Amino acid sequence: MDLIDFNLKKILHINLNDYSYFVEERDMGEWIGGVGIATRLLSENIKKDVDPLDEGNVIVLAVGPFTPAYPFASKTVAMFKSPLTSNLGESHAGGRSATAIANAGYDAIVIKGASSKPVYVVIENEKVHFRDARVLWGIEDSLITGRIIAEKEKGRGIRAIMRIGGAGEKLVRFAGVMTETYRHFGRTGLGAVFGSKKLKALVVIGKGTKRPSDAKSYREIYNKIFELATASDAMKKYYLIGTPVNVAPLNELRALPTRNLESAYFENAEEISGEKFAEFNLARRIACNHCPTACIHLAALRIPYEDEPYFHKTIMISYDYELIYSLGSMLGIGDRNALLKLMHRVELYGMDAMSTGVCLAWATEALKKGLISQNEALAPLKFGDAEAYLKAIDNLYFQPNEFYKTLAEGVEAISKKYGGKEFALAFGGNEMPGYHTGHGGYIGFLIGLRHSHLDNAGYSIDQKAKEDPEPEELVEKLVEEESWRQILSSLVVCFFARGVYTPELVVEGFKPLGIEMSEDELKEIGRKIYLEKLKLKKELGFDLGKMRIPKRIFEVETFKGNLDSNYIERALNYYEKKYYRAV
Amino acid sequence: MVKILTIKDIERCVGCALCMYACSRRRPKSPYIGYDHSGILAISLSGFERGATIIVCRACYEPPCSQVCPTDALVPRKGGGVVYKEKLCIGCDNCIEACTISAIFKRQDGKVALCIHCGYCVDFCPHSVLEYREV
Repeated sequence: MDLIDFNLKKILHINLNDYSYFVEERDMGEWIGGVGIATRLLSENIKKDVDPLDEGNVIVLAVGPFTPAYPFASKTVAMFKSPLTSNLGESHAGGRSATAIANAGYDAIVIKGASSKPVYVVIENEKVHFRDARVLWGIEDSLITGRIIAEKEKGRGIRAIMRIGGAGEKLVRFAGVMTETYRHFGRTGLGAVFGSKKLKALVVIGKGTKRPSDAKSYREIYNKIFELATASDAMKKYYLIGTPVNVAPLNELRALPTRNLESAYFENAEEISGEKFAEFNLARRIACNHCPTACIHLAALRIPYEDEPYFHKTIMISYDYELIYSLGSMLGIGDRNALLKLMHRVELYGMDAMSTGVCLAWATEALKKGLISQNEALAPLKFGDAEAYLKAIDNLYFQPNEFYKTLAEGVEAISKKYGGKEFALAFGGNEMPGYHTGHGGYIGFLIGLRHSHLDNAGYSIDQKAKEDPEPEELVEKLVEEESWRQILSSLVVCFFARGVYTPELVVEGFKPLGIEMSEDELKEIGRKIYLEKLKLKKELGFDLGKMRIPKRIFEVETFKGNLDSNYIERALNYYEKKYYRAV
Repeated sequence: MVKILTIKDIERCVGCALCMYACSRRRPKSPYIGYDHSGILAISLSGFERGATIIVCRACYEPPCSQVCPTDALVPRKGGGVVYKEKLCIGCDNCIEACTISAIFKRQDGKVALCIHCGYCVDFCPHSVLEYREV
């Protein structure tokens, strides 16, 4: 039985050009795992100027040394060149993906090349099978694809089925990859990269076992983490009402982007609040593998068939804050049932909900302002009209005209072509998350290496202090947070468990696995990974100087007043000198 | 009193698999990471949103697995189920075939994993699906 070897990483290389694979073992302990090793592996294996949809693009999936030793280390980090932003793409998903990869014996999987015909790949411990997926290609519903593969393949209860829906096949630049139905590699377009490689799904079945180097302390520290997770309040926010608990307070704060950020207050927010969903729609909660919290909130939606009396279907839909913002307030949808239908449609095709919502919000405003006509929009897009948005989501998949072909490339691309950049709400090419909280939030989106609210939690800095710090100090805070989060995502610990996994606990958790490291060393590695990732992002084409800030954000007051462009400029200048130019 | 592991409320199962990891850790001197040594398996009904099934020993009074074991590695246990004498196990898989509910699992080292009704997993089930009760 293998003792855990922290330094030695086992990497499975798969080549779709010739359906071959090999396993590489090498010392990468200095990069910990997850995002640390994925950054290195992507950098080594990709030609930096490659087109993201070319066969030369490379997908790296990585897990960490705590997977599956401890609870919450259940995220798989995916890194690739993003077809949405044209530079570094990164997204994280839970479900059973990470534990299956680790149980199969791997720290990382590197996928290169492209198949000439549709395939899906099954990894079963040391074996890799390439399966014909021609019959699955064209199934636009990611749920059906998952079900078919689940019936055919073995490994019930221990496998992960990562697959794309129609959006990935049609190369929608913000298509995601779904795993275990309700978890997603959502942001920055991994689904389109799968689609460009004719890779319909990746199944991982693993049953390996490792031993800790110290049995007694391993069980003790495990119990401690379990206690912290279940007996303390650390996870409360995520398991009671869940992330939608944020809807009401952010709206109260005038921070909930509404109708393409024409406003930051939604008059119907209460109807789509976490409390209302919990009271009327919550049907079940489920968990990612090895997570006691079970934050995945599922709503049941009962839909009668119009053609047959007393004939109904009931579907289960996963809801979270980000979807309520992007497909709800951002589109002026204040009806929960209508909102759930939009969420379901996005899930079915496998699109990133935030990008989809922001694109549709832009299209609605563009239609209203006459930048596009009904001939382009096809559906009568109007804030609050869910039926029209359902049609528009279908159109993002079918792409029946030039307009939707371009809209499927994201809000940056569409506004370049049709105008309306001032209200095209993307940062670094990535459609914005739902936080109009102030300078911290927006500067966080701008300098975050994924342009995501999760990179550095600027929205949280905004809400914690009454006064903004000096811009330089703000940048330092953001970078410090983002550097620490590199450690969490190298351990692949879910960010929701960041309150449990303090630096002290991480160091403690290392010991039974045979790793001696101080908190300072740990933080230093976080900074190193951060800079390495920034360097790779630059090499892949990121240009801070070309960053576009949509005017709209200055027109809507935040709870601290209007945003100040000089403040943002000072912050970006400081960031450029201190970090961007340093790598 | 002898105790056995039972499922108290299957509808509460969220599919977290903490029971499976706990089962692998159950031996104080040789806990395992992963679930190759787990004698319990939580599967979904085509997605946990439709519910779960937990496959685990039901503690038979006349265990078929024990009846077909050629080496007496599986001995009927007082209160139901079996005691697994791992050293005697030759990995013939007869027990796997014999178990009516497929609750004996093949390990990678050739031997088997099954529930011995120690109750260790119960404390790690965060949503009270499992129960350790007196027979």
